Amino acid sequence: MTKVKMTAVINSQEQLLKDVFSMWIHSPEIAMNAWGGQFISLYSQDGARLLPRPVSICELDREKGDLRIVYRIAGAGTREFASRKKGDSITILGPLGNGFPKLPANKKVLLIGGGIGIPPMLQMAKDLSCEKIAVLGYRDQLFLEKEFARYAKVYVATEDGSAGNRGNVLDAVRENQLSADVILACGPLPMLRALKAYAMENQTECYLSLEEKMACGVGACLACVCQSTEVDSHSHVHNKRICKDGPVFKAEEVEL
Amino acid sequence: MNMKINLHAPGGGRTTTHESLAGAPDIPEGMPSNQQRSLKVNIAGVELKNPVMTASGTFGSGAEYSEFVDLSLLGAVVTKGVANVPWPGNPTPRIAETYGGMINAIGLQNPGIDVFIQRDIPFLKQYDTRIVVNVCGKTTEDYVEVVERLADQPVDLLEINISCPNVKEGGIAFGQDPAAVERITREVKKHARQPVIMKLSPNVTDITEMAKAAQAGGADGLSLINTLTGMKIDIHKRTFAVANKTGGLSGPAIKPVALRMVYQTAQAVDLPIIGMGGIMTAEDAIEFMLAGASAVAVGTANFHNPYATKEIAEGIEAYMKQYDIQDVKQLIGAVS
Repeated sequence: MTKVKMTAVINSQEQLLKDVFSMWIHSPEIAMNAWGGQFISLYSQDGARLLPRPVSICELDREKGDLRIVYRIAGAGTREFASRKKGDSITILGPLGNGFPKLPANKKVLLIGGGIGIPPMLQMAKDLSCEKIAVLGYRDQLFLEKEFARYAKVYVATEDGSAGNRGNVLDAVRENQLSADVILACGPLPMLRALKAYAMENQTECYLSLEEKMACGVGACLACVCQSTEVDSHSHVHNKRICKDGPVFKAEEVEL
Repeated sequence: MNMKINLHAPGGGRTTTHESLAGAPDIPEGMPSNQQRSLKVNIAGVELKNPVMTASGTFGSGAEYSEFVDLSLLGAVVTKGVANVPWPGNPTPRIAETYGGMINAIGLQNPGIDVFIQRDIPFLKQYDTRIVVNVCGKTTEDYVEVVERLADQPVDLLEINISCPNVKEGGIAFGQDPAAVERITREVKKHARQPVIMKLSPNVTDITEMAKAAQAGGADGLSLINTLTGMKIDIHKRTFAVANKTGGLSGPAIKPVALRMVYQTAQAVDLPIIGMGGIMTAEDAIEFMLAGASAVAVGTANFHNPYATKEIAEGIEAYMKQYDIQDVKQLIGAVS
């Protein structure tokens, strides 16, 4: 799998919520080699913002060579990306990271996303041929839930109870008595911690996608490490690199 | 002005940027225009095919960036700091972007000398480039142990890190007092088989005092500058942006400081200097050479552009062509 830095063309830019945007990028060199759970890094046009922003891949159109990111405005860099229009170019690096596992068709899988951790689960919903249940957790306003419904049975949780179950994703799992052979998840750290505990308790195979501030995105700078239970292959300590060894880890592999 | 090079070559006054070379076909070797041009430089008796090196800590041991750049195109790969035993480094977050730069407090996470010798040196030996090992330690004995372990290894230069601002012991503690600089330089020199480059900190009142102390201790060369100690606060979370509270500032924001220090040091001592600090382009690298650096190291630029090292080497060659410079060594200290 080759990583490339390329200047790509934006096919579309759509505002999903006040601070959540969806962008399709024509980038065959990356899209054709990518898999759900991997990420790309996007570069600012402002030289004062040196570091690329890592954003997970939401969806791939391998035939057209396009990839989609759904991202939240978190600062000046992502605000700049949101201002780009269809036809503009954007410089990206990818595909980065390991991605979620390719599960066999006889497995039943729970795809769990919380907040801006929801987008990377969409490509898995598309790609996996097994039985899929998506559990999507929001603060209040929903996004992408209709797209998930095309590929998976969808349960929604909202913190304010305005849609689906009131509470978090784990509340939705429990109240709807959902179970699976495998859990794939991405979301805020408290959610991942709770899911890890739940998976251990129920002896369910569980994969979690983590995030951390990154510089290089390719495993060289050692900025984005997480504590791992086993000794890591790079430094032989207990620090796996989220950008390179991850971002997806088996739940028991990491200390959260 | 004491310029030793011809500034009036055809092509005008505008410097060719590395960007304009992107996508240009490679010029085959032996073309008349390139025939006599030499990019070779010499650091403490070690010849580099060109003056472009990597800056320690930004490039691992080369494996990750070898997916983007043929390491054989570089003058040297300078490794991430290696200690006598594995170091886990600091808690996260370890980095934060700042205007035109970044702060890092990685804390010298490294696998230790055993894994380094077994895995990283054989990897680098596959390439036709010089190997420079950055050595870190908490005590003088730690440094000496690493240096002794490297004695029979195919390593070209040792870069002794007495300037890391992010570890509590060792690192910068050795680099902010001239007597300590001289002492550790002398001790390392006693045990080293390879030429010894001392990497200096900019977090001092007068870097030339440290440079002179390293020279007095027998250093064969100097690397400068390491990062400037800095801080960033997240006003929304009301916390320090890096867990270590302070970190080392790097990137183009520090380039003028680094350039000034390289110039001052070049005037003060008679040692080859590897210049670094915010080099993003070939133009930046050429500035450092004109100020007195014999070679340059590219660090933070790799995060912004994984092809930076290769493009900077190409850009230096393009500059030489533009001004009809036959030997890159003509640039070293040409502005003085």
